[in-house]
Amino acid sequence: MKTTPAVGTPLSRIEGKQKVTGTARYAADYNVPGLLHGYVVNSPITKGRIVQVDTIPALAVEGVVEVLTHKNRPGLAWFDLQYTDMDAPPGTVFKPLHNADILYNGQPVALVVATSFETARYAATLIRFVWEEEPFDTCLQNHPEKARPAKKGFATALRPPPPKPTGNFEAAFANAAFTVDADYRHSTEHHNPIELFATTTIYEGNGKLTIYDKTQGTINNQLFVANVFGLHYKNVQVLAPFVGGAFGSGLRPQYQLFLCVMAALHLKRNVRVVLDRKQMFSLGHRPQSLQNLRFGADATGKLTAMSHLAVSETSQFEDYTEQVVAWSHKLYPAPNTLFDFKVVPLHLNTPIDMRAPGGCTGMHAIECAMDELAYRIGIDPLQLRLLNYSETDPSTGKPFTSKALKTCYLRAATQFDWFKRDGRPGVTTRGNKLVGYGMATGIWDAYQFPARVEAIITAEGKLVVHNATTDIGTGTLTVMTQIAADAMGLPVAAVTFEYGDSKKPFSMFQGGSAITASTGSAIMVTAEVLKKKLLKKAQSIPNSPLKNAGMEEVIFTNGTIRLRQTPRQAVSFKQIIAANNGKPIKTTRMGMPHAIKLRKYTKATHSACFVEVEVDKDLKTITVTRAITAVAAGKIINPKTARSQISGSMVWGISKALHEETILDEHLGKYINTNLGEYHIPVHADINTLEVIFAEEEDTLINELGSKGVGEIGLVAMPAAIANAVFHATGKRVNKLPIHFDELL
Amino acid sequence: MNNFTYTTAGSITAALQHTKRHPQAMYIAGGTNLLDLWKYNLLHPQTLVDLNGVPGYHTIEAKEGGGLQLGALVTNAATAYHPLIEQRYPLLSKAILAGASAQIRNMATNGGNLLQRTRCYYYYDGDVPCNKREPGTGCSAIKGYNRIHAILGASEHCIAVFPSDMCVALAALEAVVQITGQQGKRSIPFADFHRLPGNAPEKDNALQAGDIITSIDLPAKEFAHHYSYLKLRDRHSYAFALVSVATALELEGNEIKEARIALGGVAHKPWRIPEAEQLLQGKPATAESFAQAADKLLEGAQGYPHNQFKIELAKKAIIRNGLMALHPETQLPGAQPSA
Repeated sequence: MKTTPAVGTPLSRIEGKQKVTGTARYAADYNVPGLLHGYVVNSPITKGRIVQVDTIPALAVEGVVEVLTHKNRPGLAWFDLQYTDMDAPPGTVFKPLHNADILYNGQPVALVVATSFETARYAATLIRFVWEEEPFDTCLQNHPEKARPAKKGFATALRPPPPKPTGNFEAAFANAAFTVDADYRHSTEHHNPIELFATTTIYEGNGKLTIYDKTQGTINNQLFVANVFGLHYKNVQVLAPFVGGAFGSGLRPQYQLFLCVMAALHLKRNVRVVLDRKQMFSLGHRPQSLQNLRFGADATGKLTAMSHLAVSETSQFEDYTEQVVAWSHKLYPAPNTLFDFKVVPLHLNTPIDMRAPGGCTGMHAIECAMDELAYRIGIDPLQLRLLNYSETDPSTGKPFTSKALKTCYLRAATQFDWFKRDGRPGVTTRGNKLVGYGMATGIWDAYQFPARVEAIITAEGKLVVHNATTDIGTGTLTVMTQIAADAMGLPVAAVTFEYGDSKKPFSMFQGGSAITASTGSAIMVTAEVLKKKLLKKAQSIPNSPLKNAGMEEVIFTNGTIRLRQTPRQAVSFKQIIAANNGKPIKTTRMGMPHAIKLRKYTKATHSACFVEVEVDKDLKTITVTRAITAVAAGKIINPKTARSQISGSMVWGISKALHEETILDEHLGKYINTNLGEYHIPVHADINTLEVIFAEEEDTLINELGSKGVGEIGLVAMPAAIANAVFHATGKRVNKLPIHFDELL
Repeated sequence: MNNFTYTTAGSITAALQHTKRHPQAMYIAGGTNLLDLWKYNLLHPQTLVDLNGVPGYHTIEAKEGGGLQLGALVTNAATAYHPLIEQRYPLLSKAILAGASAQIRNMATNGGNLLQRTRCYYYYDGDVPCNKREPGTGCSAIKGYNRIHAILGASEHCIAVFPSDMCVALAALEAVVQITGQQGKRSIPFADFHRLPGNAPEKDNALQAGDIITSIDLPAKEFAHHYSYLKLRDRHSYAFALVSVATALELEGNEIKEARIALGGVAHKPWRIPEAEQLLQGKPATAESFAQAADKLLEGAQGYPHNQFKIELAKKAIIRNGLMALHPETQLPGAQPSA
């Protein structure tokens, strides 16, 4: 009997019941004796300094234990480097309560610690600050002259600077038979996961801390805390078994962690700090951006020239960058290209990665420009993509490890009934609605980070796998369990994946759609070694039927090792452990990307998205009535959780295209719609039929799993597809996001 | 949240006595807006008088000679789904259900609905100037981001809008607000209940200190056959109106005998111009007729940099909603996505 493979089956989330019954515990759910509650005070000014602070009225409130400000905070790490984290952009890391300077509106300036959250929040209103305000600038559009190339640094590794020009763009563009020259503008967005950022720090004594934190990287935050507070990293344990969404906002240690740990160490007490929804808008954000695209094609529709220039905001203290402009040349072969990406430092907080950072920004512009070009040429938008389709990466000439984009186009187009589309804008109607069909392409990197995994066969013959990664709601626990089960030849029920703990073997933060490939591949590597260990031990059993068998002569199935030829001859994991005097057999291994082999290839996921919108003829209200996204991301480990990733991203795509923006008041230098009533994300009434297709690729090169990650690709194509559908419905191009329906009036 | 004393009132008289002794006291019913404002550190009630237990205001009763009395403590949800409302005043039911979320409607009361504060961003941010919140500090919205703001009846001191959907229907239906105050009982016609900002934007309505809304009375005219509520907003639910229209018609054939039109999302109060409605009397119920009424309703409309679109949108919405009111059972040609 053979174990049915778990990989490829739509296994429901292992922790699903805990989540829907409310028994899953998040960072703010750990109630420990004597817990104190911190409430953060944020700066109401945008630039300047604190001249005076009077905490006496707050301290006078019954239940208030301490108020920490820059005046009385404990001494801390001196060097910027000690504040840095794995995802810190080049620059000088912001240090909470460091001094009197205000660098952005909403900057944390004090922490009130009290016996209850309500008391702390009330006392916070009683602190009297005297501020000295200075002029500020938060407007990206007004200052194109301030744009400059971004500084380079450690985090630049995942965000290379714009590619160098090729050919002669200006000449080629001037001579092109068909051209598009368009500007695109994107608003700020804030991540707003439902779970508020929170930290519970348990003061264990002897310099030891146990920290429940909302994060995408337990080890990232463990090292940050150890460095900043001068603790031995072994004495700092960061736990995040459940994370209620993060979308990038948890890639860096956020200020509630810093303040919570500071208070716990200072007071030698257990402390919790929870941010409120308004404070969630003081964390990082997706930056505002301005883009200009100029695409030129010859008489046959082949692209000859592509220019993509982008300007994005950053803070005064760090140079946050995204990969906005490199994508078009990874898709379309144009001999003449010009790419540039610059930043404008403003008096705002540093942006932070938000789902498909840069990709969904740049690809919106690219795919809208392609749509516009198709109309200029007078051909079908899909046909233009196919005409410029490249099996290899045009920017490097290298082959892809796999690329099933064409399959995505054709399967999604067929299912959508794209070929029946009347291409003329504004002519397809349904009752009093204009109907529009739009499509767009998506592309995203296929990253893999190093990861370390410990795998143990227990006395019961079961498998326990350890890794420090989080599960930010993506299904990591379930997927890793499936991978480990198949790797060791065990049923899913016999496998436990333990994670979300900085004490476990190394994992990078959970970002870039990379964890399945990273931890998953490390599980594969570790399992191979563990299997050899088991076989060796099995062979040491007297009269072992496996005595002379090599690895290739045995199979691991259902908790036993069997001879491939005569499967009745077998030794069970339990027997092996018994032979090991009942002691578990374990091994720990590092999984590394195949950097040298993969240098010859480009790694990417692709998608194609087709959208139908209805726009009211008179009122111009927009509804996305139908959307199909086809995704090529290698092997799909769990079609159910993967589908949730893609459909969730598609909802976000609707949000980005039509709803979501943080409104920045330039006169006040602050965000003004800082609650979920006014920061519009789609509600059920905005979501209709969403379909997901996986065009699975057999990718033997990319990693041990052949899998590429699906966390972000589902978002990349959606906004452009919607904008293109709105154009098809109305004949109006709105090149800013979000599109407000009144812009179509 | 500051410490406060909390009292449950057993009767209107008891509640009034309490506020007489504690002039700073605030009433609480559903609390759906009060608690938000409190948590945002914008209100700091020292004394809270809970009206929920006051008997006699939790029902919807038919009045002799027609009309209904809506108890002030009946929830918005219970009102919207009440058979008498659904059958006789369906416009009101539709308008209530276009507002907020199911959870909020389950808590919010009819009296409280009339007393919602504006959703102007700047009103909700205690750190920035706002004449409604702190008279004399200035209006941040006039030079700021004013997409959601007023186009009618605004002043140089305030361009906020009143957020209720229910009240737009109540304005169209010519409801009457029943009040008991320190000086006894009185009635205020709906048109006079909410006020324009003028030079006192801190005052939303005609209530005096201590006043309690006891009921909202609907007159005998039900408009149960030709009505429609159209709400236009940035997402299809759970967003305040950029423009909303309540239309109620009495028809003879295709001729309009009587018309009521009220606008939401465009002013400091539900916007009604009786002359616009008179224009429709005796006219055919056509887009052209509604367009004429729209022009009258929107006379003097003034946009700001981010809400200029509301003038054109309101006109189109009035026309569309007039047509929708002809066939309320189908809501066609409607603003909802077609099937």
